[in-house]
Amino acid sequence: MSALLSISQLSVAYGGIQAVRDLSLEVAPGEMVCLIGANGAGKTTTLKAISGLIAPQAGSVHFDGQALTRLPAHEVARRGLTLVPEGRGVFPRMSVVENLMMGAYTRRDRATIARDLDQVYALLPRLTERRAQLAGLLSGGEQQMLALGRAMMARPRLLLLDEPSMGLAPLMVQAVFDIIRQIAAGDVAVLLVEQNAHLALKTCARGYVLENGVVTLSGMSADLSANPAVRQAYLGE
Amino acid sequence: MDIFLQQLINGLVLGSVYALVALGYTMVYGILELINFAHGEITMMGAMVSLAVIGALALAAPGLPGVLVLGAGLAVAIPVCMALGLLIERVAYRPLRHAPRLAPLITAIGVSIILQNIAMLIWGKQYIPFPAILPQGRHEILGASISDTQIAILVLAVLIMMTLILVVQKTRLGRAMRATAQSRQVASLMGVDVNRVIASTFVIGSALAAVAGVMVSAYYGLAHYYMGFLLGLKAFSAAVLGGIGNLGGAMLGGLLLGLIESFGAGYIGDLTGGFLGSHYQDVFAFFVLIAVLVFRPSGLLGARVVERA
Ligand SMILES: Nc1ncnc2c1ncn2[C@@H]1O[C@H](COP(=O)(O)OP(=O)(O)OP(=O)(O)O)[C@@H](O)[C@H]1O
Ligand SMILES: [Mg+2]
Repeated sequence: MSALLSISQLSVAYGGIQAVRDLSLEVAPGEMVCLIGANGAGKTTTLKAISGLIAPQAGSVHFDGQALTRLPAHEVARRGLTLVPEGRGVFPRMSVVENLMMGAYTRRDRATIARDLDQVYALLPRLTERRAQLAGLLSGGEQQMLALGRAMMARPRLLLLDEPSMGLAPLMVQAVFDIIRQIAAGDVAVLLVEQNAHLALKTCARGYVLENGVVTLSGMSADLSANPAVRQAYLGE
Repeated sequence: MDIFLQQLINGLVLGSVYALVALGYTMVYGILELINFAHGEITMMGAMVSLAVIGALALAAPGLPGVLVLGAGLAVAIPVCMALGLLIERVAYRPLRHAPRLAPLITAIGVSIILQNIAMLIWGKQYIPFPAILPQGRHEILGASISDTQIAILVLAVLIMMTLILVVQKTRLGRAMRATAQSRQVASLMGVDVNRVIASTFVIGSALAAVAGVMVSAYYGLAHYYMGFLLGLKAFSAAVLGGIGNLGGAMLGGLLLGLIESFGAGYIGDLTGGFLGSHYQDVFAFFVLIAVLVFRPSGLLGARVVERA
């Protein structure tokens, strides 16, 4: 099967600091892939470069056969690739519904938007009760759900998730990952960035390990989980 | 004549003009955290351009109804100011988007000076009179008097402000503006072309400024290349009074400032036993600005919302 997302030899630098070097990665349609690594490994940087928030130094990003490299973020978003940023990035002074509708900003199909909104509420009942509330007043877990729901409203073909478990209690992490799996079951491909390697490898079929901006290992999650180096560095054994 | 009611009417009329200008400051601040000090000069340009058109038309076709002539002046001044706002954003502010905050502030002051000088070169240093083309009717209510011009200013200002609220609350552009104000980066991830939204904010603010400029010159009967300075400073004070970045705040702050000025000018003579006269009117705005900055820096309606994120 040809890849939905295909990154080749991507390098990103901040001024003189090389954050990501020669990174190559693929995600097939509907596939769940994780990118794991320690703090500062370059995970967020990679997602930002894919989604057009920062311009890469070198390398290319192709989505569905089209080059995304150097497109601004709003153009990338319009092509069906949605990033849920680190820290959720809900609009704090907008209500829950308004946040969800921002997800559908580029869409014009009113009828299907309304149907998708109902679907999001069905999947995220906590949001239904709070639809008129300001997003800034939601709990961290609720904000993460809102960010996921908002991403769904864009009807993406690829979802980029940056540490959705960050700062959440274990039960809430479970709930959030259940939702992610349900979204993926609807034929949405997922590229998941996580520090919680155990959870990421359990959720995704394949994974990449990033160390100091370089991919050092990649393969099926089962193989990575069995790899002694991964077990020692990321699974706490 | 009822002095109190008269001051109330004068204050509301003046205040609605301040509010229109204050909205431009507050919209730009809300989205960029930038104080566009050139905004007062855009108001001045609106007044000057419309007066140029009105003056030319009044000469060329003396028979035309005044309202039509005024409409023509507005119809030219509004797009000119919109283009000016667009140009200023593109040339003076966008290249400095990631520069330290002092840089665009200094640029803003530079742009003001440039606009003043352009206006001075085109129209000279003298006061330009507003031709007597408008109906001069006055109406008595409860012992106070209100002119046709005042009624027109009030009605138009209220209509414009209601339209603006609708646009910001209900339209796609309005939602994109609010999203951009809260997080430029996340808005762009939603597919919002942030540069376009920022440009639109300048354009809308400049259109309001153009109308306000025409109102001021019609109200006082004259325009001047330097008029934007004081007007801009007052409107900025009004925006700070209401809570800069907050649309409702700019409207409230504008109206309050108009009332403070009008009542202050009306009663200052009595209060100081004739020591200070009504020509101290212009000072009140700055007392208000200082008092707000000291006692409630976020303004009357600023920082209402507790933010968790
Ligand atoms: N805006 C920036 N300016 C300069 N350096 C940056 C910037 N953002 C990130 N970096 C650096 O780039 C490297 C990679 O950062 P990145 O945020 O991609 O890491 P990460 O893997 O997402 O880490 P974490 O798990 O802590 O979120 C780090 O060394 C970081 O200090
Ligand atoms: Mg990160």
